[in-house]
Amino acid sequence: MTADPGRAPVPVAASPVAAQDAVLEIRDLSVVYRTPGGDVRAVDKVNLSLAPGEVVGLCGESGSGKSTLVYGASRLLRAPALITSGTVIYSGRRVTKPADVLRMRPDELQRLRWREIAIVFQSAMNALNPVLNVRDQLLDVIHAHLRIPRDEARERAASLLDLVGIPRSRLRSYPHELSGGMRQRVMIAMALATDPEVVIMDEPTTALDVVVQRDILAQIVELKERLGFSIMFITHDLSLLLELADRIAVMYAGQLLEIGTASEIHREPSHPYTKGLLNSFPSLRGPRRDLTGIPGSPPDLRDPPPGCPFLPRCAYGTSACEEVDMHLLPVATSKDPDHVTACPFVLPGTPVPDRPGTRQEPAGEPAA
Amino acid sequence: MTEQATTLTSAAAVRGPLAMEAISVSKDFKIGRGQTLHAVRDVSFNLYRGAVVALVGESGSGKSTAARLLAGQERLTSGAIKLDGKPVEVTSRGDFRRYKSQVQYVFQDPFSSLNPVHTVQYHLERPLKLHHGKSANTDTEVAALMEQVRLTPANHFLVKYPHELSGGQRQRVSFARALAARPTVLLADEPVSMLDVSIRLEMLNLLDDLRKRLSLAMLYITHDIASARYFADEILVMYAGEIVERGPAEEVTQQPAHPYTQLLVASSPDPDNLGSALRRGANGTRRQGPQLTRTPERAATAGCPFSPRCPLAEDRCREEDPPLLPITATRGAACWRLDVAAPELIPGLPGGGSTTNN
Repeated sequence: MTADPGRAPVPVAASPVAAQDAVLEIRDLSVVYRTPGGDVRAVDKVNLSLAPGEVVGLCGESGSGKSTLVYGASRLLRAPALITSGTVIYSGRRVTKPADVLRMRPDELQRLRWREIAIVFQSAMNALNPVLNVRDQLLDVIHAHLRIPRDEARERAASLLDLVGIPRSRLRSYPHELSGGMRQRVMIAMALATDPEVVIMDEPTTALDVVVQRDILAQIVELKERLGFSIMFITHDLSLLLELADRIAVMYAGQLLEIGTASEIHREPSHPYTKGLLNSFPSLRGPRRDLTGIPGSPPDLRDPPPGCPFLPRCAYGTSACEEVDMHLLPVATSKDPDHVTACPFVLPGTPVPDRPGTRQEPAGEPAA
Repeated sequence: MTEQATTLTSAAAVRGPLAMEAISVSKDFKIGRGQTLHAVRDVSFNLYRGAVVALVGESGSGKSTAARLLAGQERLTSGAIKLDGKPVEVTSRGDFRRYKSQVQYVFQDPFSSLNPVHTVQYHLERPLKLHHGKSANTDTEVAALMEQVRLTPANHFLVKYPHELSGGQRQRVSFARALAARPTVLLADEPVSMLDVSIRLEMLNLLDDLRKRLSLAMLYITHDIASARYFADEILVMYAGEIVERGPAEEVTQQPAHPYTQLLVASSPDPDNLGSALRRGANGTRRQGPQLTRTPERAATAGCPFSPRCPLAEDRCREEDPPLLPITATRGAACWRLDVAAPELIPGLPGGGSTTNN
């Protein structure tokens, strides 16, 4: 990527925390959807970084803004979505100077896309072109983003299939002739076609069977180790991330509620929502626990409640939660300063108040 | 296979009286050029009032076809289905309607199973009128249904259209619609897999509550064996149209006998296993090599259907399809190599028979 003298990219010195380490740094990003009924605050002042070689898991339920966050950061959104604030600093090995993705010109963006940041989309059947065979789709990507001779491109397409464990005889297959797992592997091969630094994976295995899912995840991890890219992995399945990710960011109603390493999130979940999520999936191993789930549903983001968006569903909630600033602060009891939570009241060991599922109101105040 | 299957007692039988029986049920589909797809092969199981039987398997294993056979939406190729001890014979539209008023089906996708141009009220009134005729108190019955699936206040939701509801609310409407016929048997085809993780549990708890209160005989179809552990009394594991293992939910998930069930259990996400084989990538010590799941797109035509993927397969497995043999009174597995796959479960072998007393 060439730096443009006219529009100076945001210098790295402006970053508060060790941005030199991060390959992708999202700062203060806000995205709204303009609707006749008012702005929907889909992503609200989110900070998230991705270090080289790291797997960051972004976890949240449908409508939490996890996809909007990542698509916003890679400038894939279009109207009515509108980025209202923030910077996204990309500083890969191949670029000379870190630059703000949100302020790039189209030609800069063209060089960034796929070459630096590639995306594996959720639905492989919809993302692949049904009238082109696998080889032509791979060649399409290669020719669009790399200047290499035709022969070399063909060889590259074939070796990409080797990479994801599909026999070369499948090069001439059309998407409908492949199984769901194979299609998803083709999607991964396409994302890796240009040797990107960052691979964004949006629920890449959600539609697949557990056996196939595990196989593909193991392969993703293996490829990551071999090729050294970083992964932003979006899913609603926290149990998957606990096994796969280095760090996990928990998103709810457009905001990040907790970030920590997989083991911190698993052993010492701090935010009540994270605790609720961990208690929402039946485990196959160990003793049968009583599962509670999370009663209620997420708030309407056209008119978000004041304070913590999780308050109406929170078993720990008090009226003080209505005034809380949603800043991520280190968990007081954690040794790891990077384990941060948006809830200043609840710590990993805090017991659930007596009436689970209901808000505890201080005496004298009416219950909400 | 049938003979062996009948010697097995269902783990669900303790819950209540027998409601529905599938006896050696098979379904073939002609897929052109003289080829036949055996979607369901010689499957037998029972459903009991107040009990949940889970049918677990991957896509294409025939679990949904089995449910559609029970629902009367597909014709049997062979075998029989009995409802309350009487063979089911659907020869007219009237028969079908009477059958449907007892056996109801809940679809996987709450986004496409509700009609977008009708309100919630219409969705619930229609089955009430169809199955129980016009009655003066339809409104009260609709309100009672809404109460049962906890969509309250009912008046608030009755006037809404599907697009105005969340995924969880839509699925509640589909439950209510199924219950409107006052069925004894509920066939739930992946009822929660399209919902968010945080809502799934609430839905399963609701289904469990309905099962208890209405004493429903429930078939729960899922690919998530962990949810079957929590929700079901008995688990049937299907592979390529056959039941390869069955038994009490806790036993099947904690000590899987069949190599396929073992693979299924090993592949489920395991949050307690941080830094697992997954994170070590292909160099990890996975119980099964990665080639296991990558190879065949089609089950074996002869022998055990799992033999092309099975690490324990030997010549006999490729030649002869193993019947479902009993391990204990409530548990069975179709595998020639059980002595190697699950030696601890086989009485007579060292360390064997450990679960017989459970």
